[in-house]
Amino acid sequence: MSPSDFLTLPFDDWVNSLVRDWLVPNFRPFFRSMQWPVTQVLNGLSAFLNATPMLVFTLALALVAWRTAGKGLALFTIVALSFIDVIGLWPETMTTLAMVVTAVLFCVVLGIPLGVLAARTEVFRAILRPILDIMQTIPSFVYLVPIVMLFGVGVVPGIIATIIFALPPIIRLTDLGIRTVREDLIEAAMAFGATPWQMLVEVQFPLALRTIMAGLNQTLMLALSMVVIAAMIGAGGLGLTVFTGLGRLDVGNATAGGVGIVLLAIILDRISQALGERRMVQVPSLLETMRSLFSLRGQKPAAEAKRAG
Amino acid sequence: MKSKIAGNNIYKIFGEDPSLALDLLAAGKSKDEIYEVTGQAVGVHNVTFRVAEGEIFVVMGLSGSGKSTLVRMINGLIKPSSGEILIDGIDVASCSDEELRTIRREKVAMVFQHFALFPHKTVVENVAFGLKIRGVKAAERRERAQSALEQVGLGARGDSYPDELSGGMQQRVGLARGLASEPEILLMDEPFSALDPLIRSDMQQELLELQRTLKKTIVFITHDLNEALTLGNTIAIMRNGAIVQTGNAEEIVGNPANAYVAAFTRDIDRSLVFKAGSIARPPDTIDLGTDIQSALAHMEETGADAVHVLKGGKLAGIITYKAANAALREGRALKSAVLEEFPSTSPQSRLYDLYLLAEAGLPIALTDDAGELIGVVRPQDVFQQLAVRGASA
Ligand SMILES: Nc1ncnc2c1ncn2[C@@H]1O[C@H](COP(=O)(O)OP(=O)(O)OP(=O)(O)O)[C@@H](O)[C@H]1O
Ligand SMILES: [Mg+2]
Repeated sequence: MSPSDFLTLPFDDWVNSLVRDWLVPNFRPFFRSMQWPVTQVLNGLSAFLNATPMLVFTLALALVAWRTAGKGLALFTIVALSFIDVIGLWPETMTTLAMVVTAVLFCVVLGIPLGVLAARTEVFRAILRPILDIMQTIPSFVYLVPIVMLFGVGVVPGIIATIIFALPPIIRLTDLGIRTVREDLIEAAMAFGATPWQMLVEVQFPLALRTIMAGLNQTLMLALSMVVIAAMIGAGGLGLTVFTGLGRLDVGNATAGGVGIVLLAIILDRISQALGERRMVQVPSLLETMRSLFSLRGQKPAAEAKRAG
Repeated sequence: MKSKIAGNNIYKIFGEDPSLALDLLAAGKSKDEIYEVTGQAVGVHNVTFRVAEGEIFVVMGLSGSGKSTLVRMINGLIKPSSGEILIDGIDVASCSDEELRTIRREKVAMVFQHFALFPHKTVVENVAFGLKIRGVKAAERRERAQSALEQVGLGARGDSYPDELSGGMQQRVGLARGLASEPEILLMDEPFSALDPLIRSDMQQELLELQRTLKKTIVFITHDLNEALTLGNTIAIMRNGAIVQTGNAEEIVGNPANAYVAAFTRDIDRSLVFKAGSIARPPDTIDLGTDIQSALAHMEETGADAVHVLKGGKLAGIITYKAANAALREGRALKSAVLEEFPSTSPQSRLYDLYLLAEAGLPIALTDDAGELIGVVRPQDVFQQLAVRGASA
C-alpha cells in the first residue's frame, strides 16, 4: 500500500502549463533578448579563433603557458595542440574553446559582482546561498529542459546552460575571498577614511584575488565539463564529436573528441591554476597580471628571488 | 592650554542593546556581574579625558582594560554607547559618515600594533595610502610618501614589499604611513609592543626625536609603564574600562592615586622619572664683591655648606663654607676661594643623570637655556628622593 493508491498528482501537467502557458508566452521575448550579448561575444571569439592560423595560436598559448606555469606546460601545449591538429579536430577544438571562454567570461562578469555583493550584505548572502546550493546539486542534465523551453536549441542556449552550471564557484569564492581579508587591514583602510568603493578596489579585491582565481579555475573546469552535455541541445565543437560518436557507436570518433577535451582541459586548468598561485599579493591588479603575462622581460629580480626562496 | 581631543563620560558596552548594562553600571554593578546578567562586555566605563594640543598622551593599562576600545573611539572605528568625543569641538560619536571620513582623512592617522601594512602594496605605496584615499595626484603622492619614509630613515626601501622588512622596519613604515598625510593627531595602539626590547627603545627615542620637530598631538597606547613614563607628557592609567589616574610621570610615580597604581609604580626606577626640577630649592647666591665675613654669616644663617656666587648678576662660581673660612684665616679675598668649576645642569635632566654630579658633594646649579641660575639641588636631596621608594615599598 502506498499513498499513490489514494492520490495521484498531475505534477508534470502543472509544470507543463506553468512553463508553456505562462512562462513561455509571457517571457519568451525577454529570454530571447538575453541571448543577444552571448551571441555577440561568441561570434566575435569564434571568428577570431577560426581566423587565427593554427601555428600562431599554438605558439601564443604556449607562450602564455610558459609565462604562467613554466617550460613544462609550454612544451605540453605545443605537443597537445599539434596532436589535436593531426587527428583533424582543430576547428572543433576552436569552437569548443570559443564556447567555453564565452561562458567563463559571462560567469566572471556576473559572478564577481554577485560575490562582492554577497560578501558585503548579509541579507543578500542569506538569499543567495540556498540558490547556489540548488544550482550545484541539480544534475547538469536537468538544466537542459527549462533551457530548451525558454531559449530553444542551439549553441547559445548551450552556453547559457553552461553559464548557469559553472557560475556558483566563482560567486562563492569571491564572497569567501573578500570576507576573509585580514580584519586589521580593513580597519587600517577605514582609519584612513576609505570609502566602501575605495576599500573594495584598494584592499579587498586585490587581497581576495588569489581566492577569486581559484574560483575562476573551478568555474572553467565546470564549463569544460558541460561541453558534451551542451552538445545535446545543439552546441557544436568537440562535444558534438563525442555526442555523435556515441550515438553512432563510433568509438574512434567519440574517443578522439574526448581526448581533445581532456587535452584542452589540462592546458586551461594548469594555466588558470598557475595564475592563481603566483604571488598574487605582490601583483596589484588583474590588469597588471595580464600585462606581466605578455611582457617577455616581465618579472623583477626581487619577485624571482622570492619565488625561489 | 586648549584641548585638541576631549572625551566626556564615555561608555562602551559591546552588545546589541546596551541600555540594561548601562543601568546596571549606574547601579554600581561590576564588569563581571554585568557580564553574568547580560552577556555583554563593558569595554569602557565612564571615561573623561583631555588631550592638549602637541602633547603625547599615553594610555596605560593591562590587557583587557579597554585601551584599544578607547583609542578606536577617537577616530570612530568604534561608536561609544554613550558620551561624546570631541576633536576640535566636533563630536566624532554623532557626526555623519561623511564628516567622519573627512576627519579620518585630514586630521587623525593611526599606527597599529601589528603594523597592518598592505601586503600587496610596496612600502612607498603603503605610505602613500592615506594620500591616495584623499585623491592626491600620483606624482605628489609619491614625493610626499618618500619624504615621510626619509623621516623614519627608510628612504631607500620604498620599492620593497612589507614582508621583506624586519619588524622594526615595518613599524617605521607604519609610522611613516601615519605621518605622510600630515595629520594633526596620531593615534598609536601599542605600536612598539610587537618589537623586541632593543629595537623598541630605539623606536621610543626616535618617536621623541620626531615629536620635537613635528609637535603632533599623539595618543599612545601601551601596557608597559616604563614606556608610558618615557614618552608621556600626560599618562592615564586604565583599569577595567575606567581611568583610575591621570597625571604626568612624576605625579603618577610620586603620588599614586590608589593601591592599584602604586603596585605598578613600585618597581619603577624613580631616578629615571623624576626631574632635577622636582627637588630643586630656590637659588641661594651672594655677589662676588661681598666680603668674606658677611658671606660666612650668610651661610651660617641658612645652614648651607656652599653658596653660588654671582658676578655682575651672572653665575660665576661657587664658594664652600670651608674654603671661605680658610681664606678668612689666611687673610685672602673672597675671590680666591671661589671655585669656577662647579656642577650644573638643566632642570629637565633626570635624577639618574644627577648621580655623578652629586658625587662632588657640592650643590648642583640648575640653569636655564640662557645660563641663568633658577634653582639648586642639594646632593643629599637626590639620594633622599630616591630612597622614598624603599620606604613606601
Ligand atoms: N568586539 C568586541 N566584542 C565584545 N567584547 C569586546 C570587543 N572588543 C573588546 N571587547 C572587550 O572589551 C574589553 C576591553 O578590550 P580592549 O581590546 O579595549 O582591551 P585592551 O586594553 O586594548 O587590551 P590589550 O592590551 O589586550 O589589547 C575586554 O574585556 C574585551 O573582552
Ligand atoms: Mg588592545
